[in-house]
Amino acid sequence: MSGSVLISFDKVWKSYGQGEARIHALAGVDLAIRRGEFVAIMGPSGSGKSTAMNIIGCLDTPTAGTYRFMGVDAGRLDRNRRAMLRNLYVGFVFQGYNLLPRTTAVENVELPLIYRGVAARERHDLAMKALAEVGLVGREHHTPAELSGGQQQRVAVARAIVTRPTLLVADEPTGNLDTARTHEIMELLTRLNTGLGLTIAMVTHEADVAGYAERTIRFLDGHVAADTINLEMA
Amino acid sequence: MIWETIRLSLLSVRRNVLRSFLTLLGIVIGVAAVIAMLTIGSGTTEKVKADISKLGSNLLVVRSGRPAGPGGPGGLDQATRPLGSKELAALIAHLSGARAISPASQKQVRVIFGTESLTSGVTGTDSAYLYARDWKLVSGRPFSDSETRSGTGVCLIGETVRQQFFGAGDPEGEIIRVNRTSCKIIGLLEPKGYTGFGQDQDNVVLMPLAAYQRRIAGNRDIDSIYVAADDRTPTNELLPRVEDILRDTRRITPDREDDFSIRDMTQIADAMASATTTMTGMLGAVAGVSLLVGGIGIMNIMLVSVTERTREIGIRLAIGAHEKHILIQFLVEATVLSLLGGIVGILIGLALAGLASLTLAIPFAPSPAVILLAVGFSALIGMVFGFFPALRGARLDPIDALRHE
Repeated sequence: MSGSVLISFDKVWKSYGQGEARIHALAGVDLAIRRGEFVAIMGPSGSGKSTAMNIIGCLDTPTAGTYRFMGVDAGRLDRNRRAMLRNLYVGFVFQGYNLLPRTTAVENVELPLIYRGVAARERHDLAMKALAEVGLVGREHHTPAELSGGQQQRVAVARAIVTRPTLLVADEPTGNLDTARTHEIMELLTRLNTGLGLTIAMVTHEADVAGYAERTIRFLDGHVAADTINLEMA
Repeated sequence: MIWETIRLSLLSVRRNVLRSFLTLLGIVIGVAAVIAMLTIGSGTTEKVKADISKLGSNLLVVRSGRPAGPGGPGGLDQATRPLGSKELAALIAHLSGARAISPASQKQVRVIFGTESLTSGVTGTDSAYLYARDWKLVSGRPFSDSETRSGTGVCLIGETVRQQFFGAGDPEGEIIRVNRTSCKIIGLLEPKGYTGFGQDQDNVVLMPLAAYQRRIAGNRDIDSIYVAADDRTPTNELLPRVEDILRDTRRITPDREDDFSIRDMTQIADAMASATTTMTGMLGAVAGVSLLVGGIGIMNIMLVSVTERTREIGIRLAIGAHEKHILIQFLVEATVLSLLGGIVGILIGLALAGLASLTLAIPFAPSPAVILLAVGFSALIGMVFGFFPALRGARLDPIDALRHE
């Protein structure tokens, strides 16, 4: 089911600090993710997986090497161009949900559309549709404080997919959820991957969560230590 | 997009009602002070102008004694010769360009009617006095020429005197005692109200000069001569003519200075009006400083707001907001905040000025220009002082901002 290359790392380095204290979060990583893939990214903390995710999501740029997103040299774009890439092609789901407090679910989901300049009426309709897709009909006007963790994460997923992105970047999306809620969210992501052909890159610590993905990339000390196909899903 | 941002900023004002209120207090007080000062100031200016024009427009006032200095009160030098009928007659005979020339001598005297008494400004004058000072009668008649000449015991009274003695009743034909003499009331003067210095212009009794001189002053002196210019003659042209005639009459040789003073009421009016305008401007400027303090308050709270909402900024940036979106969001928020403060301040300022105009008896003169300026200025303060915090928010790195707790 994999298509053309969506994401490619070509000897990507990411370094912090100067001289003796210089730390390499990524030390010459080569990596490719194709359209439609569902990739789990694992590794101990400090392994460089978060840095890699930030670069994949066009939030960060490599110190050296080339990062291509949809064929574009995204590592050399300025802040605003990367913001535009994110707005048009990337959806984000975070561990801590990161919804705007005291703002209703539908308003949260509308947010990326505001920065696209979509008219209010259309924005509302699209947001309602996205909330329906994640199974939150009837909760549209609840604020995050009035929703459970699982529901909040569904709102976050709806916000990520409302723009019909090419790539979904999920940073430990189930980290704050119990087992039942975890499986609900993972089934939702799997459905989006198979149903909409959404490419998903997901960081996780848990092996059974990674099991939902079709491929697992393990980071260690700034390198890709293992890149395996999850046979049971393939 | 911009409406969205304004709605958003109003929402954030409402979320933190107390904080927003405290932040706004600086702007509110600043704008209220400026508006109150400027409104009261322009009311005072109007009042001063009106007061002076009540004295009579285009009026010169001649008094004995050397002028005390430019714009000064023209103090009387008792050692010099007083004015008399000789000077008055000379002016009437020779001065051209005058609409009315009238003598006036004045003294504070106890006036009695029945068991009531009142200390009143009693003025001895002639029938031209009312004309010179643009003063009308509500009822009755002015002195006749024969009454003026013979010094008959008749008088005109002001509104305050009427109220004191007769309440709502008709004073005409009643006899009042002025000092040791008595006089019959033949007319009631139109009310003029208080001067800017709190002097009651209606607590007056006018009587023929000859009667005043004989029965009250006990001499033949004239305290002052009022010369009203006609419509074609500016007072500054009339003044040297009056001076020439008086120097001639009083036989003052060219090597000596005037032993009398001529005050130009038009000039005094202008000088006083410009003095109050300057005063108003200064008070307004002082009040303006508090606006600056209010602006710093806005900056402070916007910095807090940006820090507090670092995570929100991170989310927005991650989702695809450009720097300018964040900048505009916080700029609009600061501007809306200080505009709200400005509007509340204007309302409070106008209320204060209204209250002041009631208690100080000055006209309530709100200026649309000043109000517009206050609105514009408070918006500007929001933008200027909101810019730095907004820029700080916009420049945040989305990764750091998202990690912020």
